[in-house]
Amino acid sequence: MDVVTETLLLALVVVTALAFDFTNGFHDTGNAMATSIATRALKPKTAVLLSAVLNLVGAFLSLAVAATIAKGIVDAGVVTLPVVLAGLVGGIVWNLITWLFGIPSSSSHALVGGMVGAVLAAVGTSGVLWTGVVSKVLVPALVAPLVAIAVAGAGTWLVARLTRGVPQEVSNRGFRWGQIGSASLVSLAHGTNDAQKSMGIILLALIAGGAVPADSGVPFWVILSCALAMAAGTYLGGWRVIRTLGKGLVEIDTRQGMAAETSSAAVILLSSHFGFSLSTTHVATGSVLGSGVGMPGAKVRWGVASRMFVAWLITLPAAGLVGALCHWMESAIGGAAGTIAVFVVLIASSAAIWLASRRKPVDHTNVNEAWDEEKGATVEAVAATTGEAGGERVAPVPAAATASSVGAAIESVGTVSVPAQGSVQS
Amino acid sequence: MSDFIEWGALGQVLVAGLIVGAGIPALFALGLRLLAGTTTEQAPAAPGAPAAGERPASAGAVSIGRPTPARLAGAIVCLGVVVGAVAFGLVFLVSGGH
Repeated sequence: MDVVTETLLLALVVVTALAFDFTNGFHDTGNAMATSIATRALKPKTAVLLSAVLNLVGAFLSLAVAATIAKGIVDAGVVTLPVVLAGLVGGIVWNLITWLFGIPSSSSHALVGGMVGAVLAAVGTSGVLWTGVVSKVLVPALVAPLVAIAVAGAGTWLVARLTRGVPQEVSNRGFRWGQIGSASLVSLAHGTNDAQKSMGIILLALIAGGAVPADSGVPFWVILSCALAMAAGTYLGGWRVIRTLGKGLVEIDTRQGMAAETSSAAVILLSSHFGFSLSTTHVATGSVLGSGVGMPGAKVRWGVASRMFVAWLITLPAAGLVGALCHWMESAIGGAAGTIAVFVVLIASSAAIWLASRRKPVDHTNVNEAWDEEKGATVEAVAATTGEAGGERVAPVPAAATASSVGAAIESVGTVSVPAQGSVQS
Repeated sequence: MSDFIEWGALGQVLVAGLIVGAGIPALFALGLRLLAGTTTEQAPAAPGAPAAGERPASAGAVSIGRPTPARLAGAIVCLGVVVGAVAFGLVFLVSGGH
């Protein structure tokens, strides 16, 4: 019985890790490709296919797998298979929720959050290294967008200045290629970095379950399945996130797109070189914002951006909550039944989120539609893309309407009051 | 506070990021500009010091002549640096430096 439970747990952890890898690819397609899709440098389907292939290649590029989970954030001694499973479920569920709302949020932060929550539920606060949480998760989440905004802003400003007077179609043609090139580099970097996180988790699970010796390298089937899971997720395309990044923050042209993607690639590669790891998602989002800041005359929708920042800050506690709940349930039921229960919860909540997404689908056909907060009329589409519930959903429209009606009201008050004053004077 | 932020690493990322992340697009733009030329009149040769009076790019007939050898060479240098940087990034990825 015990052996059966162990084997089952191991199998479910591997499957869940692959599922996380899938949501990771799916959630992060936009980081590389959103701007290329928005500027129509690439057709939406072509862009996700290119990104999927590059993620696949990237996963094989470098095999320096760090076989650690949340190193320096939780006490490595308390990370058992049930904890890993609960943490993965927390990461997946938060990834799916943010996808539903079209918010680009960091997949690795979701995973770390899930792990922290599961560890808290398992052994209490002693298992979490809080200094690590602050210095490796919270501070980078604040710093990454600022660095990226500065870099992309400077790049965009220089590009805008240097291309002044260059015929539009010439600059479009050139920058289209530059944009595709730099976006490809971001995709490749993503494949190399993120596929290896899942590989590391599966390797650790295999070692813990005794399926491979402790000094084992990554078995080939693990590399292959992780690469394929991420590529499949990428190809499916997180269209909601792509739409927010490409259309929601800034109206972007090819010059801005090229500057933003180059900035993303440079900051991501440099930050890992200098050992100050920044989230790909946070950097990519900051770069898009920066391309709006640096472009003379461009408008940045800070309202959309601030919703994202909030989501980034609650990623850790929210994913942690899911992870903790899963772990409590797992240990309360106990044994194989507890493990299966957690897995069932994962499937049920994923299905529920998917069903919710079908009500207002975003796919490759409508990913590039004009952003609704400026159109105003299409309230429904706002819900589809930002996923705001209830009152928030209709907020942009009344806001625009009241702005004009208030103006009219002030005018009418003015016209009423002037004769009134006149009559008093006379 | 310094426990939480590695200021040194952050500073390096910011400075290097500005040089590379902003410099590469700028070089790319410069290369493109040298290749394409500007609208026919008063093509400013010196980059970074564009002629005053912004002209809408679509105004009037745009003729794109062959670039002079000097411009062509400059463009090749600029774009070459860009390609080199991309290649360096690839090598960095493959070598597992991440």
